[in-house]
Amino acid sequence: MLVDLGRPVLGRLVALVPVLFGITLLVFLLNAVALGDPARAAMGQRADPEALERLRRDYALDRPLPVQYALWVGRLARGDLGESFREQRPVAEVIAERVPATMRLALAATVISIVAGMAIGALAAVRPGSPLDHGLMTLAVLGISTPVFWLGLMLSLVFAVTLDWLPVSGYGEGDWAHLALPAFTLGALHTGTVARMTRSSLLEVVRQDYIATARAKGLPEWLVLIKHAFRNALIPVVTVVGIGLADLLVGAPLTETVFAWPGLGRLLVSAVGQRDLPVVMGAVLVFALVYVIGNLIVDLAYLVIDPRLRHERAS
Amino acid sequence: MAARPGPLGHRGFLAGLALVVLLAGAVLLAPLLAPHDPLAVASGAGPTLERPSTAHPLGTDALGRDLLSRVLWAGRVSLAVGLGVELVAVLIGCVIGVLAGYYGGAVDAVLMRATDVVMAFPSLVLAIGLIAVFERPGLDKVVIVLVALGWTTIARVARGTVLALKTREFVQAAHALGAGHVTIMVRHLLPNAVAPLLVAATIGVGSNIVAEAGLSFLGLGAQSPTISWGAMLADGQTFLATAPWVAVFPGLALLLAVLGVNLLGDGLRDLLDPRFRE
Repeated sequence: MLVDLGRPVLGRLVALVPVLFGITLLVFLLNAVALGDPARAAMGQRADPEALERLRRDYALDRPLPVQYALWVGRLARGDLGESFREQRPVAEVIAERVPATMRLALAATVISIVAGMAIGALAAVRPGSPLDHGLMTLAVLGISTPVFWLGLMLSLVFAVTLDWLPVSGYGEGDWAHLALPAFTLGALHTGTVARMTRSSLLEVVRQDYIATARAKGLPEWLVLIKHAFRNALIPVVTVVGIGLADLLVGAPLTETVFAWPGLGRLLVSAVGQRDLPVVMGAVLVFALVYVIGNLIVDLAYLVIDPRLRHERAS
Repeated sequence: MAARPGPLGHRGFLAGLALVVLLAGAVLLAPLLAPHDPLAVASGAGPTLERPSTAHPLGTDALGRDLLSRVLWAGRVSLAVGLGVELVAVLIGCVIGVLAGYYGGAVDAVLMRATDVVMAFPSLVLAIGLIAVFERPGLDKVVIVLVALGWTTIARVARGTVLALKTREFVQAAHALGAGHVTIMVRHLLPNAVAPLLVAATIGVGSNIVAEAGLSFLGLGAQSPTISWGAMLADGQTFLATAPWVAVFPGLALLLAVLGVNLLGDGLRDLLDPRFRE
């Protein structure tokens, strides 16, 4: 079985090379365009001459672009993302401080969306077409359509401002109370997607012959669903977890801004406001890498779950 | 899932269509419907942050401006950005997708790798990165950025259709009759992609509206005096404890708009894509 996996896994890793090249090239070019002549007015007002000099040196701005890119990637490979204009210290350090908060938020949101989404989807699938099904699916569409930052504001209005059960914003001492509202906000969008996917994939599986067999044996419907249908419905759910990664990464800057959550997304947004370009580009790059690597993991998970895929796309 | 075949039997599609028509109508008629000037601030020490009343059905904001009027006028921005960006994105995406699918080989490889790269970023994050390139944010930059990101899905859809059809008999027949490459691409191949493109473009309009609102909420989009639901929500957050209506209504309008477009998109997919027909 493991021998089987070697070639397709290698294939996916090789396919990653042009994407990684493209991502770094794009961020590099954005940086080059944004910096332009580093003495340009917009930056000159905020950065002191010493920082500009360091910038010229760091980015080898007097060399041709391809050489600049090669040097930049070389430093990137060593974990050197340049120096923050504002904080006068390595960008990698600034970013590393923010990662744990975002990871904690993303993890909590993922758990919420998967547990709630699968429960809602399974409940709706028990009697397709029933009022319960319609109600739950309407809820799912609402969840998908609600802009994440407005949901954050409304949850905060109800549970923090009005009921005073939870803090309005901030990280606190890393306690659950501070985590609850941001995690529900970030998880809500994806809950709807998981619910819809779970429902349709359960209904698909339910039509298969072995389910008819299980029913014919006289098993109660819920047992048929849980024991026989659910396992096979898991494959599309892995897809949804993959899509969820995109939702999380897009929702993070907004959710973190609403709740003043000290994560990478808020760092990115505030760095744009302060025109701290090295931090902006560093954060964009980290987000992209997390996304690409996350998708790779989802892809590899498929190979493990569904043996058919190992041959289909092996070429 | 349709109870009856056809658009009239599809509940989601009808609900989406009704919502979109209603909102678009209200927003287009903003100059007639808005009870006040959306930019008129309370004079002197006049009252601000008023609760909803008969004079101001949705209340007023921190400068005493009428919220109903502002929500209506801001909708025009959302509608224009959502539709306008998507139109340009469809144009660019079609050109890229059709060229890639039709010529294949190196053209395809280069164009599709470029698409992969743009799609390898979480969309809003790349949008924020692109905005950062400009010296100061604004609605015009949001439009540029959303076009730069929006063509990718369209390109993939167009390419897929062209790839599937370019070796079929009707294309060969057109070749044999002396039709040029451009004629074959535009007259014979592209029309076959209209249904999936319509679905992708509808969903794209929704994403554009949310993205514009999100960027404006973060302070990276529309700047005063341009009115945007996202920017209004940023104001609303400041007064969440004292005047929650400032945050409630623009968001509700945004939710309804996105919900309408999403329902419409889902419905179109059900109705147009044979794979989703039961």
